[in-house]
This record gives sequence, C-alpha cells and structure tokens, in this order.
Amino acid sequence: MKYIDEFRDRKVVQALAGEIRRASTQPVKLMEVCGGHTMSIQKFGIPALLPDTVELISGPGCPVCVTSRSYIDKAIAYSKQKDVIITTYGDLIRVPGSESSLEKEHAGGAQIRVVYSVMDALQIAREHPQKKIVFLGIGFETTAPGSAVAVLQAYREKLTNFFVFSAHKVMPPAMSALIDEGVKINGYIGPGHVSTITGMKIYEEIPAKYGLGVVISGFEPVDLMQSILMLIKQIETGNTRVEIQYKRVVKPEGNVKAQQMMNEVFEPADDWWRGLGILKESGLKLRPKYSAYDAEVNISADGMVPLREPKGCICGEVLKGLKKPKDCRLFGNVCTPRDPVGSCMVSSEGACQAYYLYNR
Amino acid sequence: MTHELIESIFVRYFDNPILHEQGDSALLKLHGQNLAFTTDSFVVDPVFFPGGNIGKLAIAGTVNDLAVSGAVPKYLSVGFILEEGFPLDELEKIVRTMSEEAKKAGVFIATGDTKVVEKGKCDKIFINTSGVGEIDDNLLAISSGKNIKAGDKIIINGGIAEHGMAIMAARNDLNISTSVLSDCACLNGLIAEVLEVSENIRFMRDATRGGLGTVLSELVRKKNFGIQINEDKLVPKDAVRGMCELLGFDPLYVANEGKVIMVVPVEDADRIVETMHANPLGKQAAVIGEITGEHPGKAWLNTSVGGKRMIEMLSGQQLPRIC
Repeated sequence: MKYIDEFRDRKVVQALAGEIRRASTQPVKLMEVCGGHTMSIQKFGIPALLPDTVELISGPGCPVCVTSRSYIDKAIAYSKQKDVIITTYGDLIRVPGSESSLEKEHAGGAQIRVVYSVMDALQIAREHPQKKIVFLGIGFETTAPGSAVAVLQAYREKLTNFFVFSAHKVMPPAMSALIDEGVKINGYIGPGHVSTITGMKIYEEIPAKYGLGVVISGFEPVDLMQSILMLIKQIETGNTRVEIQYKRVVKPEGNVKAQQMMNEVFEPADDWWRGLGILKESGLKLRPKYSAYDAEVNISADGMVPLREPKGCICGEVLKGLKKPKDCRLFGNVCTPRDPVGSCMVSSEGACQAYYLYNR
Repeated sequence: MTHELIESIFVRYFDNPILHEQGDSALLKLHGQNLAFTTDSFVVDPVFFPGGNIGKLAIAGTVNDLAVSGAVPKYLSVGFILEEGFPLDELEKIVRTMSEEAKKAGVFIATGDTKVVEKGKCDKIFINTSGVGEIDDNLLAISSGKNIKAGDKIIINGGIAEHGMAIMAARNDLNISTSVLSDCACLNGLIAEVLEVSENIRFMRDATRGGLGTVLSELVRKKNFGIQINEDKLVPKDAVRGMCELLGFDPLYVANEGKVIMVVPVEDADRIVETMHANPLGKQAAVIGEITGEHPGKAWLNTSVGGKRMIEMLSGQQLPRIC
C-alpha cells in the first residue's frame, strides 16, 4: 500500500536501529506527547528495536486521558436534559465519570451518538431542528479547527440548535509544565498531527528555555525510528533545536487557514489537565461572539453529580511520565480496557491501554 | 463482556460436563456414535452486505462451527424471527441463498421454525441455526487442542479482516465505498481435504468475532506453551488494510467468516498449505507462526518491522479513534 509500506520497510527500520545503536552513547529518556505515537510505538513493537540506552516514555498526549472527570459528569448531565442529543468521537464514550459513563447512559436510553466527524454532528442538528445537538469538542490543535469550522458553518446557516462543549486544549503549555514540574527527560518526540496545524514555532520555547530538542514525528515505524535518531544526534552533539521529521505533512508555518479559523472561534483560557492541574492559557473556549454555540452557556447541567476521583489510580503520574502503567497496582487486575478505572485505560491512545494490549 | 455473561449466568446454571468443554461444538455420544452439535444466532446489520447476506452467514457459521470441531456437518435446523413488514422479496432472497449454501456444503435443512413479531420488537430479521455432524474417534481432541506441542505450526487459509470491514463499509453512516467483500463461506470442504492429507491436526477454530488475535489469546490462556506469530505472513488485502488504517482498526481483531486457524505438526505443515492452495478458499493459505515452549500463556507478534508485541484478548468493541 503506497505511503504505508515504504514507511514500514523492515530493512530501513533495521538500518535506522543500527544507526541509533551507534549514535547513542549515554542513557536518554525521550517523551512522546502524542497518543498516536504511544499507540504506534507499542503496536509496532518499537522498544524492542532500541538499545538499552534509549528509553521512551509517554506524556500527556491523549486528549481523552487529560480530560477531567467533571467534564464527563457535565456531558452526562446534558444528556439527561430534555431534547438534548450528545454527539461525540468514539473514544470518549467509555471514559468513566464520577458515577457513570456515556456508554452506560446510552445503554440506559440517553441520546448519545458516536460520530466520525463534527460535520456529522452538524448534519444531525440540521435534521433535528427541534432537538439540541451538543458536540463534545475534545482534542488538541488537531481537532479544534474542525470544531471551529462547524461553529462557523452553524453561524452562517443561522442554526440555533448546535452547541460545542469545548474541552479543546493546546499542547505547548503542557510540554513546558512537565519540565517545570521536574520530570526528567532529554527530548520530545513532537506531535505530528498537532504540528500539521500549528507548525513548528510553538515549540521554540522548549530548546530556548530548557535546552531540550523537539523532533516532530510521523506515525509509521520509519518515521519514529528516524525521529529518535535525530533527537539522539541533537543530544550527542549538544545542538538541541526544533526539527521536523514528518516533512511530507508538516510545514514549518503549519496550516495557516486552520489556525485562523481556530483563532476566530476560540480564545485561550486556563484549563485543568489530569496530572498537571490548572495550566495557564492551555484550553480553548468559545469567544463571546460565538457564545450562542457554547453548550456551557446555553444548556443546563442540572443534576450534575459531585466529583469523585477513583482511589489508587495513578493516571496523573503516568501522564507526566513519572510512572509507567505497570507501576500501578490497579493495572491489569482492577483496571482493564473492559472495566477501566482511569482514563488512560480507556482511550486506544492512552498509555495504560497501549501497554495492556501490547506490552504486558 | 459476553465472556463474563456466559461464565456468570449461563455456565452457573446450565453447567454439565459437556457444556463445560466450551468448544465450538458440543461433543456427544449417542448409541456409540460420536456427534458434534452446535447452535448460533445471527443478527447482522445490515442484513445484506458485500459478499453475502444474513442467510449465507447463518448457514456458514453453523457449518463452520461443526467443521472446525473435526465433524462432518450433516443436518441443520433454521429458526427465523421476522419483524412485521419485512419485505417478502428480501426474505426470499435470503432463503434462496441459504438453500444454495446448504447444497454447496452438503448439509440438509431438516427442520425449521418461524415467528413474526410486531414492528420494532426485532430488527428486520434474526436467524438461529443449529447443526449436527458426525465425528471420528481420532478427531475428538481437535476441539480442546490438548495435543498441541511446542514446535507445531499455525496455519490460516488466507487474508484476515475481510468480513468485519465489509460490514463496516456497508453501514450507511460511514460514506465509504470499497471493493472489500465479506469472506463468508462454508469451510467444511476445505477442512475435509486437509483432514485427508494429515491425521494429526491438533486444533482448529474459525476466527469470527474478535478475529485472529482473540482466537490466539484464548488458545494460549493458562497453557504451558506460548504462541509466536509473524506479522509479515498475515496478508490482509490492500483495501482491507486501507480501511483499517483509516478507521483505526487493528486487522488482528476484526471478524472473519471464512477463515480457519489450524495448529498442525511441523512435518505436515507444508503438505497442508499445498492442499489449501488447491482450494479456492485457501489460495492465500500460509504458515503464520508456531507454538513455542517460551513465554507460556502468552501470544507474541513479531511485527513486520522487526519489533515485538503481545497479542491480548479484545475487550469490548474497537472504537473509532479521535485523531
């Protein structure tokens, strides 16, 4: 298959593995901050290809995982209001809230629909003018432009029954916060899809302030191996900077049009991250101009249950890369993908699920 | 989820030595004759899909459950639950397919039942089929796989994930048009040919719901052997791989309806693969891995790029991904 097979070529991967072994003289910890990378690394068995000196750790790159329980609680409260249909990407439906999950509410009769695109949610709004359609806007700069397009389209069509419940977040504040918190890493494997939108400039603080390299990587084994090699070369030569490995997709300036739309609809706001707490200007909320499309402004969350965090779950530490999923005493016995305690076990991009499926 | 339901309710109340085996078919003895007996219900949505329909599935599913137990399928029963208003021409089309498929497989539909329920009380049409078949004494161990040994080879009769992806493509909420057809087919002919060239098949299972990955992880669970699979020997069709990439599915866990996994002695492996190649349902048959004495209880995949990862049982549905 074109554009896939070339990047899964065993010979190329093995050659890169050889180069990494030769280039790496000192132990390094590299963090991937994209859930897609976490999944690829485990799925292709990348750790087995690396020398002992190179350790990969997963960061807060899974949007579902960093989302607060109270967000789920509120979404469930919305789903209980008369005439509300919740539309969401599939990952979110099994995430446990304080007392329930969207999946359980769905089984109990709540109107919850999984969509592959926010535009499908918009279509549901057009088809059901008497219902209120709430789209759960989750994800980083990758999915935020999609939500922005939907809001702009709803604005143009004068739809009055489409609402976004935004938990959208931006990546750089979390990358800085991790280092400020004392997490010891030697470089970042930069997120591929986020960077497709944002370009490379947003990471410049990382080498400038912390002296760490960022290599924006693709998702195939060759991409990941090459990115790891680029990072190791940066570290070994002391020349740390932001580089793009994923050049076939990521432009240095990013997708300017998508950035403009995102900025038109959303403004930065302080936001809460699992494991990191409140980070300044790390979230995206709808600008006042578009408040008619803001679920939090327009839909009642009556009946929202009080927040309850599960005991013993170390999702927070896992997201910071301080602990590995296997360090959690709930991992694999109490907490499994079928019956997840923490969000990291729910999403297919969560570190705990990736470890559970591929590396137990 | 289903697994837990079976353990916590059905086995709890129905338990007996035959049921306890939990193979694809129950193995029974009646007046000195070994019989295999099985039942399955079909509720697929959509009812018609590229490469088949619910009727074909209902025949093939039960025939295959018997055949992978080492039995020669003989007689089927068919039960229909129809939603009021289900179009007669569609029903006829389904029944015609069932008749053709049964003929091809050499089984008789010996008895049947029909119920019509009010609109909204079932989704269009549900079909249950049960089947009985004869089984030779020397094939009784196939179901449990108790003769599996380290060094045995693992064979599959072709590319994986075709049925599941054909169904996904046919669901109208995804606007995907693709050439992927369901692999839905009766495997008893192919299996009979293999049994003629090898007397020592250790284990067979059709990789339906949960796919190849689920069969392998179930097979290895609590055993004193391990499994090693080579990803580059799995050959999903490009269109299937493409859809899996697009929708974020792992083909290892996507359903098949015409694929049998066999564990066979190393000395018979090549002969079996050759035999399969001569059958239209086994053109892409290959040895995909082996039973190993290492890592007992675990199934490992050697990835196509030279890495390694574990094959774990699929829990719940594979969900579409966010980004």
